[in-house]
Amino acid sequence: MLAMHIPDGFIDAPVSLVAGLLAVAGIAVCLRMTARSLDERQVPVVGLVAAFVFAAQMLNFPVANGTSGHLLGAVLAAVLVGPAAGALAVTVVLTVQALLFADGGLSALGLNVVNMALLGAFGGYVVFVGLRAVLAGARSGGVALAAGLAAATAPVLAALAFTAEFALGGNDAVSVRSVAAAMVGVHALIGVGEGIITMLAVGSVLAMRPDLVHGARGLVPRPAPAAPLAARVS
Amino acid sequence: MAGQRRLSLVAFVAVGLLAAVALVVFVAPRASADPDGLEKVAADQGIDAGVRPHSLGASPFADYGTEGVGHDALGTALAGLVGVAATFVVGSGLVLLVRRRRGPPPPAPVAPTPPA
Repeated sequence: MLAMHIPDGFIDAPVSLVAGLLAVAGIAVCLRMTARSLDERQVPVVGLVAAFVFAAQMLNFPVANGTSGHLLGAVLAAVLVGPAAGALAVTVVLTVQALLFADGGLSALGLNVVNMALLGAFGGYVVFVGLRAVLAGARSGGVALAAGLAAATAPVLAALAFTAEFALGGNDAVSVRSVAAAMVGVHALIGVGEGIITMLAVGSVLAMRPDLVHGARGLVPRPAPAAPLAARVS
Repeated sequence: MAGQRRLSLVAFVAVGLLAAVALVVFVAPRASADPDGLEKVAADQGIDAGVRPHSLGASPFADYGTEGVGHDALGTALAGLVGVAATFVVGSGLVLLVRRRRGPPPPAPVAPTPPA
């Protein structure tokens, strides 16, 4: 079984609808932020991030007996292209998965976007920025490590969000407390894989094109040809 | 890193896409077949009691396979290639569209047109 997102029927219609509205509002904000501030060289990079996250989500790795995990990718995306464009990239992945691959229910798309794209990109990016301040100082060396550590928290954030949604709109017969414990436990393990993959991927991009890493801005020298563009943006 | 030869943007994106393609073609067919975190917890805790089949479950690429391809690994690889292409095109296209809609970039500062 490859990536699996929330299907139809786990969470009731009202909670799914509210999540859908939140997702639409969040995506609208991300579109505005992206239109205003995305560096034009990042346009194909957003597509690349979406394609890479899609590919990585197909690679389930074993985390415990009989359980696997896969990359969520939102922190990776946010560190590479910024939280707004990163959330959009992951939303594209989740939408393509729901429409083409029958992965993630159509009624649950809002839940999946909120948990994995929006919360992962923005929540994870806040953690990343805090860690970067501690680890990177004025150098880019700590950026990949900060990205990996921040990414490790993203599956746990998504698991907590799912638990909250389950408490509000899930099967009443099931104990929320035991769902919370099980979800957080397994997703903490998945976070280890998430962190390692994210650190390696961010490190690879830093080695090839450090100027394209949004989360390393100000820490790596901008190449000369980009100078006029940078001046125009600021 | 001064003087270090940088990859062009096109080359960088091509390298990244090749990596994604290699992952779905060579690694995805060998991915763990165990249920993922959510699926396992849902089954263990009984969350999945009310689950409904996917409305698009008859899609030719449902569950990351390819309809009509008997060879599982090949079907997974083909589905992966379709997904990589679709996410790249939709992701780049979406961002390109929202950037275009904000209007043309400000006129270049060079060659100011003198008043006629």
